[in-house]
Amino acid sequence: MSIEVNGKVLETDKEGYLLDLSQWEPAVAETMARADRQELTPEHWEVIHFLREFYAEFAMAPAVRILTRAIGKKFGKEKGNARYLYNLFPYGPGKQACRYAGLPKPSGCM
Amino acid sequence: MKIKKCLYVNRRAPYGTSYALEAIDMVLIGSAFDQDISLLFIDDGLFQLKKGQDTADVEIKNHSPAYRAFEMYDVEKIYVSKEAMAARGLKRADLLVDVELLSDSRIKELMDEHDIIFSF
Amino acid sequence: MSILHTVNKSPFEKNNLESCLRYAKNGSAVLLIEDGIYAALAGTAFEKAVVTAMSELDFYCLAPDMKARGFLESNMIDGIKLVDYAGFVDLTVEYEKVQAWL
Repeated sequence: MSIEVNGKVLETDKEGYLLDLSQWEPAVAETMARADRQELTPEHWEVIHFLREFYAEFAMAPAVRILTRAIGKKFGKEKGNARYLYNLFPYGPGKQACRYAGLPKPSGCM
Repeated sequence: MKIKKCLYVNRRAPYGTSYALEAIDMVLIGSAFDQDISLLFIDDGLFQLKKGQDTADVEIKNHSPAYRAFEMYDVEKIYVSKEAMAARGLKRADLLVDVELLSDSRIKELMDEHDIIFSF
Repeated sequence: MSILHTVNKSPFEKNNLESCLRYAKNGSAVLLIEDGIYAALAGTAFEKAVVTAMSELDFYCLAPDMKARGFLESNMIDGIKLVDYAGFVDLTVEYEKVQAWL
């Protein structure tokens, strides 16, 4: 499978996760979100960029409970809960946000 | 339910086999359940913790940064065999996480003190 | 608090037995299975290490694996006990936990 971003064709796996992480750019997230009819607000971008930084540092995507805790720590307590993250990413912060961020699907994520 | 004390024993070098990667996955998944997790590195398992791994040219993912995330997953007890370190010419400063050095005789007790041992 | 250690690699090829003997505590048991059974043979370079360890550890060897590789009970170091699959199961129950030296 593949998606087209800014005239370039980017390969994805069958669930839509980017195969080559280095091909990511913000337009990738925008293209994926558009296909899901998902609006991307600054709050969405906070999470997307956070995931990318986490991945760059630890070479893996965080488990949702780790993400929740870390988001709360970094962006304020009111954001550090599953409800907040699921409101932003109804398909699940692990799955949907990681996909937009160009990360592989988190391991151990159903 | 009683919280089980789990010891993950790592004794293989990274990349040559997939044991190291499988241990990381299992520790991360296991940490989601209420377990008291400890990691032990003996034999060539120590090489998993070597700083500065760069797998770009062998086209295998470098999973070693994950060890530094363990603390966030509340996995904080990482033990290493003092004798295995010395045999491999490694020092604490060569490792990418903080570890507790234990003598092999102390490690015998450590295995005894845990409810479950997972071997990799 | 006692551990059943299993070793399934030949001592001539891998260091599993050596590590096992280094970390097995007094009073625990070692069960030799698969290619690990070569450590149970008398007259090998490892006989001395095994006999020494037998003063502190109980040694068992899985008979079907021994037989499959062409060896008999008479080839074994004295004092190592042969077990069948049911005996293997009994051992895992008898000891509090199993440490597999893979």
